[in-house]
Amino acid sequence: MKLTDEEVRHIALLARLGISDAEVEKFRTQLSNILENFDILSQADTEGLPPTAQSVALENIYRPDEAGPSLPADDVLANAPGREENYFKVNAVLE
Amino acid sequence: MKDLHRLTIHESHALLKEKKISSVELTRAVLKYLESIDGKIRSCMRITADHALKSAEAADRAIAEGRCSPLTGVPAVIKDNMCTRGITTTCSSKMLENFVPPYDAHVIEKLNAVNAVMAGKANMDEFAMGSSTENSAFFTTHNPWNLDCVPGGSSGGSAAAVAADACIYALGSDTGGSIRQPAGFCGVVGLKPTYGRVSRYGLVAFASSLDQIGPLAKDVTDAALIMNVISGHDRRDSTTVPLGVPDYVKALKTGIKGLRIGIPREYLVEGMQPAVRQTIENAVKKLEELGAKVDWKVSLPNTRFGLAAYYILAPSEASANLARYDGVKYGYSYRDTTSMWESMEKTKQFGFGAEVKRRIMLGTYALSAGYYDAYYLKAQKVRTLIRRDFDLAFEKYDVLITPTSPTVAFKIGEKADDPVQMYLSDVCTLPINIAGVPAISIPAGFVDGLPVGMQFIGKHFSEETLLRAAYAYEQATPWHKQKPVIA
Repeated sequence: MKLTDEEVRHIALLARLGISDAEVEKFRTQLSNILENFDILSQADTEGLPPTAQSVALENIYRPDEAGPSLPADDVLANAPGREENYFKVNAVLE
Repeated sequence: MKDLHRLTIHESHALLKEKKISSVELTRAVLKYLESIDGKIRSCMRITADHALKSAEAADRAIAEGRCSPLTGVPAVIKDNMCTRGITTTCSSKMLENFVPPYDAHVIEKLNAVNAVMAGKANMDEFAMGSSTENSAFFTTHNPWNLDCVPGGSSGGSAAAVAADACIYALGSDTGGSIRQPAGFCGVVGLKPTYGRVSRYGLVAFASSLDQIGPLAKDVTDAALIMNVISGHDRRDSTTVPLGVPDYVKALKTGIKGLRIGIPREYLVEGMQPAVRQTIENAVKKLEELGAKVDWKVSLPNTRFGLAAYYILAPSEASANLARYDGVKYGYSYRDTTSMWESMEKTKQFGFGAEVKRRIMLGTYALSAGYYDAYYLKAQKVRTLIRRDFDLAFEKYDVLITPTSPTVAFKIGEKADDPVQMYLSDVCTLPINIAGVPAISIPAGFVDGLPVGMQFIGKHFSEETLLRAAYAYEQATPWHKQKPVIA
């Protein structure tokens, strides 16, 4: 599987990961190499097998929806890169 | 008496309980040695001396009141991906360089509840992605046995600190071998518990269906003592199982007469160092002498798909988990723009290192429209095959034994530019995470002056059996008593 520059840029866009021209070149080669190593999976006979999402047989864990104490707002906002009153401050989403 | 920083947990505990030493004395000795040596080893992101001494004073008060459990007052190093309230938790990433968690991870709460002492936060590969600590955004940790070599990773700082006797024990996390591989490279004991045995609450997420916290220790008894404290159900991690926690120490001394051991031949892989293979074969013969029944011809036929399945599953989960680092709520944030999208994209571009970006890209690709079935779904089905291999094997064997890694520790820089070569160093450990079973790495000898790790694998929740087998081997061999001379 050989990736093109356009595919690498498309993947980066899906991940909202900024990427330089040099990184496009580097990732194109490296990811293509890694993907080639995945070809071996076509030899695995998985016909009719269910997928495994996680390995311990627990499903649908429920607990009562009871209100409890939360962290204080100031603690939660202490790491905020931008803050206004009790809000996280970001750039305008709609212009 | 030996230097205090060289003590094990059980040795420290005996002295603390008899009031022959205080936790403050022990902690000062550990901090002094750690500070003196860490310029060379670079095991710690930060040494938390003030915090440690306050905890030690509290431990001494607890001991005076008669509350002295095995970890009380004993100093540890904690991998820097476990949240510690009020103490910077970086994940060795620029993204979290200044992140001060507002809460403690579950395992930290457990340690605090018994008045344990945290001496430092250990260096690691950024976001636990790597096998050498070379992916730390800040510096590389050095192997105490040979400072030119890597300590393994991603819990390389934790393993190096334990091996160098710069702490009494450490916690690490293991997604594809990140406790066991560095334990093997540094000649210490490292246990990855069964998935669901230890709560991941407050562990910075990498691949949520594979991540598990576990101990790095100077001997098997210490690993059991740590497991007694950190294991158990936590309602904040709904993948923890509601099972009681046995006393892991009790199980150690019952011997291994009749223990059924299998050697899966697929793990003696191409590219394995012949001397590593020889070391493991000798170690298994020793276990045979101790009364175990060994079958040398076990087959886990789907092992060869493990590496590819892992490097689809783990990056896929990582790409989802790491999407949260958008520069809004915490962490590095690029703000030199009025565009929301540019801010988000540049936050990730400048906040993440190369390996993290590579895995986000890989995972995003494997999950993207048109490729989901071919990669992600296929890998999840292969996961079923690998799990079934183990299920079948454990009908006949109590323990499977493999080398922890195909080679001893490699040189710093040797594989740094070749991701595929680097990924291969986890080929013996990552199938275990895929299946969710427990495994322990213990020292089994030396090749070229570097430690060789031997991995014991068991079925789900068989940690007692693994610890018992590991203990029997350890007590019959001198390896865990050999210590590096740090040049």
